[in-house]
Amino acid sequence: MRRFVFLVPLAFSLIIGTFSVWGLLNDRNPSEIPSALINRSIPKFNLSPLPGLRTPGFSRDNLLNLKKVSVINFFASWCLPCRAEHQSLIELSQNNEIVLAGINYKDINKDALDWLTELGNPYTYVGDDFSGRTGIDWGITGVPETFIVNRDGKVVHRFSGPLVGVKFKEFKELLTLELR
Amino acid sequence: MIPELGQFSLVLALLIAIAQSTLPIIGVTRENTIWINSAKYLALLQFFLVLIAFMALMRSYIVSDFTVTNVVNNSHSKKPLLYKIVGTWGNHEGSILLWVLILVSFGGALSLFGSNIPTRLRARVLSVQGWICVGFISFMLFTSNPFERTFPPPLNGNDLNPLLQDIGLAIHPPLLYVGYVGFSIVFSFAVAALMEGEVSSAWARWVRPWILIAWTSLSAGIALGAWWAYYELGWGGWWFWDPVENVSFMPWLVGTALLHSAIVTEKRGAFKAWTVLLAILTFSLSLLGTFIVRSGLLTSVHSFAVDPERGIYILILLAVSIGGSLLLFAYRAPSLESGGLFSPISRESGLLLNNLFLTTAAAIVLFGTLYPLFLEGITGEKISVGPPFFNISFTPIGLLLGSTMAIGPYLKWNRADLAGVLSRIKFLIFISLGVSLFVWYLKSSGPAFAIIGVGVSFWLFTSTFFEWMDRVRLFNKNYFNIFKRIKSQPRSANGMTIAHLGMSFIILGVVGSSAWKEEVISFVEKGSQLKVAGFLVTFEGVSIHQGPNYNSEKATLKVEKEGKFLENLYPERRLYLATGTSTTESAIRQSLAGDLYVTISEPANNKFKGKWVLRLIYEPLVNFIWLGASFLALGGIISITDRRYKIGRTFKYRRTKPINKVVGLDNF
Amino acid sequence: MNFIKFLLITFLYLAPVDIILAVEPDEVLTDLKLESRARDISANVRCVVCQNEPIDTSNSGVARDLRILIRERLLAGDSNKEVYKYLVDRYGNFILFKPPLTLSTAFLWFMPLLVFSLGVVILVGVLKKASPSNKSRFSDVSNDTKVSDSLENKKGKK
Repeated sequence: MRRFVFLVPLAFSLIIGTFSVWGLLNDRNPSEIPSALINRSIPKFNLSPLPGLRTPGFSRDNLLNLKKVSVINFFASWCLPCRAEHQSLIELSQNNEIVLAGINYKDINKDALDWLTELGNPYTYVGDDFSGRTGIDWGITGVPETFIVNRDGKVVHRFSGPLVGVKFKEFKELLTLELR
Repeated sequence: MIPELGQFSLVLALLIAIAQSTLPIIGVTRENTIWINSAKYLALLQFFLVLIAFMALMRSYIVSDFTVTNVVNNSHSKKPLLYKIVGTWGNHEGSILLWVLILVSFGGALSLFGSNIPTRLRARVLSVQGWICVGFISFMLFTSNPFERTFPPPLNGNDLNPLLQDIGLAIHPPLLYVGYVGFSIVFSFAVAALMEGEVSSAWARWVRPWILIAWTSLSAGIALGAWWAYYELGWGGWWFWDPVENVSFMPWLVGTALLHSAIVTEKRGAFKAWTVLLAILTFSLSLLGTFIVRSGLLTSVHSFAVDPERGIYILILLAVSIGGSLLLFAYRAPSLESGGLFSPISRESGLLLNNLFLTTAAAIVLFGTLYPLFLEGITGEKISVGPPFFNISFTPIGLLLGSTMAIGPYLKWNRADLAGVLSRIKFLIFISLGVSLFVWYLKSSGPAFAIIGVGVSFWLFTSTFFEWMDRVRLFNKNYFNIFKRIKSQPRSANGMTIAHLGMSFIILGVVGSSAWKEEVISFVEKGSQLKVAGFLVTFEGVSIHQGPNYNSEKATLKVEKEGKFLENLYPERRLYLATGTSTTESAIRQSLAGDLYVTISEPANNKFKGKWVLRLIYEPLVNFIWLGASFLALGGIISITDRRYKIGRTFKYRRTKPINKVVGLDNF
Repeated sequence: MNFIKFLLITFLYLAPVDIILAVEPDEVLTDLKLESRARDISANVRCVVCQNEPIDTSNSGVARDLRILIRERLLAGDSNKEVYKYLVDRYGNFILFKPPLTLSTAFLWFMPLLVFSLGVVILVGVLKKASPSNKSRFSDVSNDTKVSDSLENKKGKK
């Protein structure tokens, strides 16, 4: 019994060690926050279209009425990685089973228009979130960020960072699962 | 060529470290005197090799040798010379090299100044020290080589993070590392004692100066870090319970517990296993800190570039050193007699109580820091554990510790008369209560902990002073002898008094600056006036200056109080050209009553372009923190010079008394 | 792969990392009571794009938006609790520096008391064992202790 007491410090250090190994090996980003929206209905919002753009703006009700799987993408012209993922978005826009909606986050109107003219407009809807308030309602921590919303209007996945490479593949797999 | 020389010395140092980690310890078992004695020379040789490597890297920084990757990443030819020099350790690789340099310096110091320690024990200690050296030098060579070359060399470097181009942060890491790494010697002593299966009073006496050196530097290092955060980060805070701060605080807490429990082991031969355990834990926590800062395991405001590969290497080092030593502890400690009988009211019990508070505090900090990781591992949930948790759980312990440590020095060894002590100083209790009530009356808005805190600080100060006064018979009629009487006190006793007074100051400063801070923020134009805490501050405009590697906008603020001009303050906004980052340089009017802390910045909102954002913060009593920390360090230094520990007096001592054998020291 | 790494780095860079002033004068409420509540709240809310900072001291855009939002909610008559709930609904408990007491944080919140009580129990045990009235252990006093005792006594009597 007395001997056992002397093993206590070792036991504690083993526990800490185990968690440290897990924390290091398990490819994780300690500052990445899981979305609080997962498995919840999409938040309330109503965004006007970008002035000068023909694509309409949209609101929560729009999305709910569609009864389709939708992909909500936060983008901005000042965001470099957004440029990188744009090709992926164009690819997604070919898919008629989903609705791809963009939310232009804290962007200057003209810059956003130039951006869409230059790179092409993959979105069915584009909402103007100049104040960033809708971004907060969606709990985003930066741009680009992309959400998958299922047919019932529930947020099922959130991706932060550009949809390129392995991440885009993973994204498409999850999207296909939703579409089934 | 010179970087290669540095690299080569490091490789040699690794080989020497391997020799140092094996030869002496085998020598001890084989009774081979030459092998035993080799420890001393190997440790010294190793020190010189690492010193050469360190100098080589420093030279690369000074001459801006952009063929060295490390210099490219962290320096710039236009950086002031001072920051080139200190930039040597302003990055991961360089700081590890500094870490190792300090590590081998301790080994070298033990070789030179530890001649009062039995050679066999010393050989074992140096061998254990050698294992740590092998671990860290190989870590450096394999994962973070500071001498890596780059080709073709760029025209200029990327510069050092401007926040780090500051004198406070230049000396903060070396002090902190002397603290962290200093505990490695203590750790080695503990492991060596466990291998010998014996912990004696003499052992505690030999290890004590090393504990004191490490503890003193760690205290100073932490305080300096807090001070840096205070004036450089621009929001007037000095402690945020950030993981990186916490991991430096934990070894301090446990190290302070060790400092006190080792006294009992030294004087009474008691608490042996506990003292050894604390010695192991203190260094283990230092290592854990190094690991957390460099692996990116937790998020922190200030950490080094994150690299999982390095994290894994350090983790293996940790597993071997901490796991190994604790296993040895579990195996050997049960056979250490617990020894020593004492009454529940005695100096021993008092020190145990101190240990209870300090280790509980350390456990709270450790657990709170790691809890998000635990929870994420178990449930996947992500939470933050920040200042509110630590403040709520730490404050009561801190106040309890503060109020009991006032009584500790009055207690006699073995059996003390608590009632007698209390009746002698009960008037201090009443006065302190009175002070608390008075503060309550003055500042009815303050939180309860602050009102209690001021009382505790006052109580600690007066009773510590009173105890000292009693001891040196301050008011003895023979006034002329007072200095003699002070000097005749053991240095360590005087050191203790000073350090305890320091704690009372720290409590006061912490309480004052967190409870009664005042803040005013406003847009200003030329001629605008703001008031805070009785100061009238006039904004007299901004002028543009050019620094060596930055441009600065410097505001002139006129500070007046009650119509009298006090001084001008010049807060700055600096734009560092190479990195394109800007920093705020606060300006502070310091006084013991409180700091007037000012910063300027540009408005975030374009509507207010052309104006400036002026922030005035009044931080009452904040300087007591730095004053208290200096007292801690001073107390530590005075204790180190205590005759008992014979640091630096070895040579002289040897000449007068060729065989220095305190009873029971050398049982070989 | 390297390209993605590069992108991730640039992505992270979007969150400004230099530390400068936080609350801006145009955010400050004229109602001092509300303002001080706002400051208290924002000191306890973690900036979501920073490393480990409250929104109160962060200068990032999202932090500023959140500070303004908190003040709007307070002006609209929300209690502190409601403001926190509003934030947690969007960002999860991660955003709170003071984790709410739930099943998964109960251990965290009770741990200090637990550790302390355990320490007290151990302390009492040690004191009992070391107490001179516990005669059975008298023979255990080590040689070593006696020697150093006598040394101390000699020194002390000087």
